[in-house]
Formats: sequence, C-alpha cells, structure tokens
Amino acid sequence: MSGVRVLVGTRKGAFILTSDGKRGRWDVSGPNFTGWEIYHLKGSPADPNRLYASQSSGWFGQVIQRSCDGGKTWETPGGGVTMAPGGMPAGESNKFVYDTSPGVGKPLTTHQWYDGTQHPWEFKRVWHLEPSLTDPDTVYAGVEDAALFRTTDGATTWGELAGLRGHGTGPKWQPGAGGMCLHTILLDPRDPQRIFVAISAAGAFRTDDGGKTWKPINQGLRSQYIPDPTAEIGHCVHRIAMHPSRPNVLFMQKHWDVLRSDDAGDLWREVSGNLPTDFGFVIDVHAHEPDTIYVVPIKSDSEHFPLEGRLRVYRSRTGGDEWEALTNGLPQRDCYVNVLRDAMAVDTLEPCGVYFGTTGGQVYASADAGDSWAPIVRDLPAVLSVEVQTLP
Amino acid sequence: MIRVVLPPHLRTLARVKGEVQVDVPGQVTRASVLEALEARYPMLRGTIRDHVTEQRRPFLRFFACERDLTHEPPDAPLPDAVTSGAEPFLVIGAIAGG
Repeated sequence: MSGVRVLVGTRKGAFILTSDGKRGRWDVSGPNFTGWEIYHLKGSPADPNRLYASQSSGWFGQVIQRSCDGGKTWETPGGGVTMAPGGMPAGESNKFVYDTSPGVGKPLTTHQWYDGTQHPWEFKRVWHLEPSLTDPDTVYAGVEDAALFRTTDGATTWGELAGLRGHGTGPKWQPGAGGMCLHTILLDPRDPQRIFVAISAAGAFRTDDGGKTWKPINQGLRSQYIPDPTAEIGHCVHRIAMHPSRPNVLFMQKHWDVLRSDDAGDLWREVSGNLPTDFGFVIDVHAHEPDTIYVVPIKSDSEHFPLEGRLRVYRSRTGGDEWEALTNGLPQRDCYVNVLRDAMAVDTLEPCGVYFGTTGGQVYASADAGDSWAPIVRDLPAVLSVEVQTLP
Repeated sequence: MIRVVLPPHLRTLARVKGEVQVDVPGQVTRASVLEALEARYPMLRGTIRDHVTEQRRPFLRFFACERDLTHEPPDAPLPDAVTSGAEPFLVIGAIAGG
C-alpha cells in the first residue's frame, strides 16, 4: 500500500511524519538535529530514500545533512572521520563560498543595503534545498545572502552558479525583512536547462541554459513601494509554484498580491480576485488539477496572522480570481499563527493530500484536497518548512 | 595529546561524548589545535571558525586554565597545562538571547 512521508523543518529540529495511503493515523519521529534550526529538508524525486536537510545555528553556522535511508540515519556528507591522500579532510560539506573568480565575468562582492549603500555579500544559511529530478546526488541550494549553489556529489562539495548574481542587477538587490534570501527553486520537468528562482526582495529570475545566464522575470508585478511599474527587480516575491504537467504556468504569492503567468514568467497578472487579503507567504498547486491552487491569506505585512483570528486556506479551482474559503477542521477563533513560505506541500495520492505547518507548531493535513483538515501534530516548535513524499 | 571540550551541539555533530583528544604536531596554539580538531572531525569545519576567513564565530569563546583566551592571537602558545594534557582547551557557546 502506498504511503506518505511528511518532512517538517522547525526552529528546534526536524520531524518526520508518516502514514499509509489513507492518511488517517500518523507516526511522528524526531526531533532530529535537536536544538538546531532546520530551514528545509527535502527528498530526491529520483530516490525517495535520499533526503537532504539544511541545519543551521546562530552559534555554529551551516551544516548540510544527508540521509540514504529515508531519514532513519543521517550523515554530514564528506564530514566523516576519513582522510584523503595527504591527510586532508576528504570533504567540505558545509562550505558555501561565493564565486568571485574572474571567470564568472564580473566578480560581485556587494549588493544594496537597507540604507542604499553597498554591502558585502555574506553567507548566512541555506534556506531551500531542491534535489534534481533525475540524479539523487545533484541538489540546488538557495542561500542567504541570495545566491544559488549546486552539488553534484551528494552534498560533499558545493559550487555557486554565479551567473545569477553576475547577470547585472545584483548590486541593486536588497534584503527584505527576513534577510536577502533565495527561497524558491523550481526545476522545469520538461526542460532540464530551465530553472526558476525567487529572491526576497529582488524578485523572480529564470535561466534557460542550466544556470549560466539569467534574466529577471518581474514584468506585471506591482509593489506599492516601487513607483516604476516596469521595474526590473526589487519586488518581494514570497513564493512561486508550478504544476509539473504545465511548467510554463506559474503561480506567485507576492508580499501583497497573488499572481499568475502563462508564459514562464515573462508577464504576470494579478489573480487575487475575491481573497479577503492577498498578503501571504505560501502557494501551492493540486497534484492532479493544474488550475487548482491554494494560499493561506495573512492579515497584512505588519500583522502576520490570519484575518479575524480564523485560520482559512483558500482554494481556487479556476487558476485564480475566484476563491473559496476552506475552514472545516481549522481553528475559526483565537488563531494567531503564521504559515511561512516553505510550509505547504501536496502529495500525489488520490484524492490529493494538502499539508501545511504553522509558527504555532501545528501541522495540518487534508486527505481530500482541502475539503476537511485535521492536525497531525499540534505542539512542535515553530514550523519553517513542510515537504511531502508520496511513497510506493 | 591535547584535550578539547566541545559544546553539546558540536559533540552531537561530531558524534562524540565527553572530551575529545587530538594530536597537535609542533607548537600548540589555538590555531593548531583547531586545525587538528577539524582534520580529525571534518564535520566541524566551519562551525567554530569561518571556512574562508578562519575568524571565530561571534558566539563562541575559548577558555583554558580558568582564563578567557578568546581575544588572544590565534598563533599565541596555549598554556603549558593544555600542552601537557593536564587541562583541557574549552570551546564554549556563549549564552545569548532572552
């Protein structure tokens, strides 16, 4: 019988929630990496037992963990007590160093700071790990300060795809309130050369040549604080989602506004429609219905909790514009949690399962595409990310 | 052998319990002890000092023989008691936050 494995990153460790295909009873294991912030963990589509986790700490920096058995055991790739010839450590799994070599064209060392001055690029942490669709040893990492890294040896070593920072607008990028992070990586299942990324608060970008060259894809976005309606960059994109069967159609939750593009990001149009507020962080797409999308509206950029203390997922079955509130099983009073940008995911079972985690430590699941919800767990540390694996 | 006491999170990361011991060739300094420690436990690279600059992470401090050695030059010799193994070299995670 098929089953699901929900990978949950929190402020104080990682948890793995498992169930059979009915998704009624759950086993909770963890915490793994107790006391560390787990911004994200995700499984390889090419090998479900291969998991990667981003483990970080204000004290000890960034660590990458890898599991080859579905999360039962973990290792720091290249970090074991082994020596290469010559007595040097065999790997450097935690090393993310910006490429400043002349070979990338124009070495970039600064970006715009809050006060308008230029500020050095400083690595802080990995926000998002995106394993390759075909190779378990290849993973992309979105980091703060914003850049894209890739490993092709199972996270033992990482190299920057420096064309992103070097394409020209990099010195104008500036941090959002949460830092200058590359938080979204979408791999086109039909074109291995095409990758989409999103950065707060620089915007969305696309490469069509495997990461060598990039272009901003932010036309059609409107942000109150940017007077120029054709601004190439500067938008605070919170999340982008794609259905694998239709990779040219993208859905975006921006700081304010929910948007859609039908041409791989070349032009966006707002589809907030009848949402009660269009501020939010997460957005995701139904596994079997490419025009069914989900958001969790948040009151405002200064009040990061649901409107009226009622936790509501909104679903559109029309690819935006027309939205319905999903409330069955969700708290409808006194609820003041947030749902962060990486904290929603779907499984591929029938009916489609939808999952999200909150800053209050709840992980909610729906086994009927959002019609009804129930908490899997209620009292985890603040949830930073939720990913789902559908197991054979 | 030089005795090193790590903070609990780094002991977990390195999969060790209690003190660790490292063999330090040549002069025993903070830099040479950390070099030996990272060679023996590569997963600790980048967690105590920056990968590139080798600067101490801001919330970590170094002690030995009841002395705060955090701001001593990294190439300054450590106390004889550390060199002889009578006293450990301590890596301490500073208490910060509310």
